[in-house]
Amino acid sequence: MSSSPEAAATTSIEQRPQPHSLTDLFLSFTFLALQGFGGVLAVVQRELVEKKRWLTRDEFVEEWAVAQIMPGPNVVNLALMLGARYFGLRGAMAALAGMLTFPLLVVLCLALVYAQYADNLNVAGALRGMGAVAAGLITATGMKLLGAIRKNPLGVPLCIVFGVASFAGIALLRWPLAWVLLGLGGLSCVLTYRKMGRTGA
Amino acid sequence: MTITITPADWLSFFTHFLALSLLSVGGAITTAPDMHRFLVDRQGWLTDPQFSASIAIAQAAPGPNVLFVALLGWNVGLNAGGLPTALLGMAVAMVAIMVPSTTLTYVTARWSHANRELRSVRAFKLGMTPIVIALLIATGWILATGSRYDAARDWRLWLVAIVSTLLVWRTRIHLLWLLGAGAVLGWMGWV
Repeated sequence: MSSSPEAAATTSIEQRPQPHSLTDLFLSFTFLALQGFGGVLAVVQRELVEKKRWLTRDEFVEEWAVAQIMPGPNVVNLALMLGARYFGLRGAMAALAGMLTFPLLVVLCLALVYAQYADNLNVAGALRGMGAVAAGLITATGMKLLGAIRKNPLGVPLCIVFGVASFAGIALLRWPLAWVLLGLGGLSCVLTYRKMGRTGA
Repeated sequence: MTITITPADWLSFFTHFLALSLLSVGGAITTAPDMHRFLVDRQGWLTDPQFSASIAIAQAAPGPNVLFVALLGWNVGLNAGGLPTALLGMAVAMVAIMVPSTTLTYVTARWSHANRELRSVRAFKLGMTPIVIALLIATGWILATGSRYDAARDWRLWLVAIVSTLLVWRTRIHLLWLLGAGAVLGWMGWV
């Protein structure tokens, strides 16, 4: 381990884990996507943050914020952003191709198989059960990211207020997503900006 | 179901989904209600069961759930003819739903990364954090409570969703085991 803080800082910047090449991007995201039964998000968080460590948890949440505010599949947006960060346009395309190509083939095969058994009650039941588990996977991923609010300039109480309000708006009141993102999101960002100014963060 | 789709129809399918791509904040699934209105209600190109099945299969399958759009296009194409039109439908739907949002995201991401130290950019990312986390939890909730395209759900499915949430949040159990368990429970008719 390095002795001085400066040496430690430079080491962490240079030796930070990252994808080696376009092929690495394509294969990593393919492998990641193919594990993503029920949706890729839970796998993405675990792979990128906990295993590969290409992103810290806080970075993940921040990048996810951009991926989510932009239209389009959030997880695909995230892959695009990561790919672009390391290898520009070709990186973005490699990551995108990784996320979509093989999974698309798998989905088509499953659809063909399903077509044979569409009237089977058991199969319909199995799909329903998997749907319920998939819902749980997504919620759990949100829960795993909760720790990120600890260091948030807004402070934990205010984060909770915004979080609960957003949840209520989306899940309970079924407001259009745009209202919540622009309204609550806009307010939250403005407050954060002002708090950052005050503390000089 | 057999339908006829003219080239003009394909074009309207394409442009409609291009527009939806720009509105798909939170993911393509947020535009599913409108897709249902267009494909099932207005054009009659798809049946309700085909629509729900497309979403369910894409969710169960590995990979991003946006692939349900590919299945929608595939099924529309199948209804209109055979394998060739199915492939065309799939291509039309996927290209339309991906290109606008992908381009916009790429351009914005480059700018945002280059300017990431700007106070406004940091404030945006940090300010959106509680909203984003809540949105994730809310999406899971909505999927668990079911959409109007599915048959009525009951408390057992709820329980499965809640238990799955706890297990994924607090343990390292592989996600495939949980999905397998869900499939078995559903197959046996217990949920």
